[in-house]
Amino acid sequence: MADMRPISSLDWRGSQGEPERDLVLRGVRVLDPREGIDATHDVVVRDGEIAELAAAGADGPEGAEIVDAEGLSVFPAFFDPHVHLRTPGHEHKEDIETGSRAAAAGGFCGILAMANTDPPADDAGHVAALRDRAREQAAVPTGFLACVTRGMLGAELTEMAELADAGAVGFSDDGMPITSGRVLRRALQYQRLVGLPIALHEEDPELSAGGSMHEGAVSAALGIAGLPSISESTMIARDAAIATFEGAAIHVQHLSAAESVAAVELAKSNGLQITCEASPHHLTLTDEEVRSLDARFKMNPPLRAQADREALIDGLRRGVIDCIATDHAPHATHEKEVPFEQAAWGVIGLETAFSAVFTELVLPGVLELETVLERLTAGAAPFGFEPPRIAPSAEANLVLVDTEAEWEAGIEGWESRSANSCFDGRRLRGRVLMTVAAGRVAYRQRSFAMGVA
Amino acid sequence: MRHLLAIEDLDRDDIERIMSRASSFAEVGRRDIKKVPALRGRTIVSLFYESSTRTSSSFELAAKRLSADVVSIKAAGSAVDKGESLKDTIATLSAYAPEAIVIRHPYAGAAKLVTAWTSAAVVNAGDGKHEHPSQALLDTYTLLDRIGSLEGKRIWIVGDVLHSRVARSCAMCFRTMGAEVTLCGPPTLIPRGVTEALGTDVAHDLGRLGEADIVYALRMQKERMNESFVPSIREYATHYQIDSRRLAPRQLLMHPGPVNRGVELSPEVIDGPASLITAQVESGLVVRMAILYEILTSGEPRGGSGRRDDAELPAPTPIGEPA
Repeated sequence: MADMRPISSLDWRGSQGEPERDLVLRGVRVLDPREGIDATHDVVVRDGEIAELAAAGADGPEGAEIVDAEGLSVFPAFFDPHVHLRTPGHEHKEDIETGSRAAAAGGFCGILAMANTDPPADDAGHVAALRDRAREQAAVPTGFLACVTRGMLGAELTEMAELADAGAVGFSDDGMPITSGRVLRRALQYQRLVGLPIALHEEDPELSAGGSMHEGAVSAALGIAGLPSISESTMIARDAAIATFEGAAIHVQHLSAAESVAAVELAKSNGLQITCEASPHHLTLTDEEVRSLDARFKMNPPLRAQADREALIDGLRRGVIDCIATDHAPHATHEKEVPFEQAAWGVIGLETAFSAVFTELVLPGVLELETVLERLTAGAAPFGFEPPRIAPSAEANLVLVDTEAEWEAGIEGWESRSANSCFDGRRLRGRVLMTVAAGRVAYRQRSFAMGVA
Repeated sequence: MRHLLAIEDLDRDDIERIMSRASSFAEVGRRDIKKVPALRGRTIVSLFYESSTRTSSSFELAAKRLSADVVSIKAAGSAVDKGESLKDTIATLSAYAPEAIVIRHPYAGAAKLVTAWTSAAVVNAGDGKHEHPSQALLDTYTLLDRIGSLEGKRIWIVGDVLHSRVARSCAMCFRTMGAEVTLCGPPTLIPRGVTEALGTDVAHDLGRLGEADIVYALRMQKERMNESFVPSIREYATHYQIDSRRLAPRQLLMHPGPVNRGVELSPEVIDGPASLITAQVESGLVVRMAILYEILTSGEPRGGSGRRDDAELPAPTPIGEPA
């Protein structure tokens, strides 16, 4: 972990300005599975660091903001290595400010944005401009991936070394698979020079052509063409073989199918440096939701069958799946208020990530809270960032949560510019009340903020 | 019944009610003046985003026989050509306060979506490859008219099941009415998971076709060949064409039309005594009259603008003695 960078090295507006006054979370349950902590403390944040985990009730430092957090929990804040901020080109869906605000509201202290913008982020000037903008607008530390191939066309490599110098945190053509094995192989070879991770959207477009949902009994009933599970798993198997041959490391994005979990597990057992992620929606929902033909349930990869969902949960539990990533993909209302097959792909997910997984998987006893917290923070590591942790003198990346609070997703609107949530209208348990990112308060839930003001 | 969106939404009572209503309308077609005032003063919009001959014409004629005012809109040459969204088109048409909108659309779920944007009753006249409920109801009517009951009957639906909304709606409708359904076609054209989805049997050749009481052939579109679903239309016809050699005299033959003569059906069976194809078209009219009557007289308030008082509308006049 020696060469890991702190989350504060990412760009955001909090990196400038005066230091904030000290913050004390009084009498809070501190839970950090990575540090092996589950105890009640007064958490003191000073100069961007966790100054101490004091005995509950101790006198706080003078002039500090004191938050009465009795009955509340503080966790390491979450890290999402897979979001879409839509800037430039699709600011009607989202921009850096709204997307990062959504992240802060969901308890995330760091996010990595994908390069499939318009134009795609495939040259150094583009990445530099995004970083400048993030320093003005981003509510949480934000990193930018650059494209693997020019224009995301899958044919020619981008100037990966130059992009790395400009501050790209990794490479991905997310949204488009790299169909050519030859191009992927060259990228993985070149990666040795560049030293940044490559994240892969795994899909064989020949097998998924024309599909809008998971291929199975539900698609058969609806008459909607499917994206079969093998369109994902065969590409993972191919790319794992190429990466193994080249001695390269790969990160597989948004696993959705049982076959994919098996393919990753096999690659791991063969010694490949492979990491992967699964989304809250794939972990909690199935293609049964698509029976409603509601386009809020359309995303790529699609919601799959119950057996796939169970395989993802099992993979997450056993660590085959390294982290939870939202694939936050905002779309405007008019892009979703169309027949399912015509609708845009993707769902927003930052603001509901913890609550959805907590409600659907932790409360029913399917997954331990500790496992979920570990996986919600672990997405930093594959991209070279220190996963958030709660320990004296660690950078303060904290999320304050009321695990008893129940709320209806979307009823108060969204911080995101878009509302295409597949949890919209659901009653969820567990509410993020406050997010501290890189030592600064990045978010306060409105009614909670008024209560403590 | 508020809308007719999918056979999946209907139970046996719903289907039987439409069947008996259709029987009562059959008499109207035998009169000199083939018109009753049942839906006088009601406005029905027919909105077709895909080409159609029999479905659009029979809905239009059904509405006219019930004395409704009909506006027919085809996508070609309309605002749709100018890029208007479905939602905006429906909002525009709803300003005329129609009591019903009959819609055909190339994508699944379009009719259901429309229900959220209008207070009119919505009839699905085909949504993508999903459902075509009025076709299944008219086919059921045709069969009941001929053989009285579907209970225990074996029905084979043969052809391109994968791309067929007719196959989906018919399979569900026939099963609800007590029939056993087998879907038959090349493995490339039978959707994965269909047995679980529809509760049907699956066959990949016509070897057991003899067990069928009714053979329902589907239209085989020539473009399927280019998409590698079948190597050639000739090979498809060799394996799956229903001809007089394969069709036993006691078996009834159906087809939703339009037929590709010499592909899914040989010419002699189309015009043969076992063929119900013309009867299906006739049934289309009375069943669609029954559907429109059913959804427009179910007693729930209507009117696109919400400004109109339902009490001002002339009460629908019962015809004959509808059951």
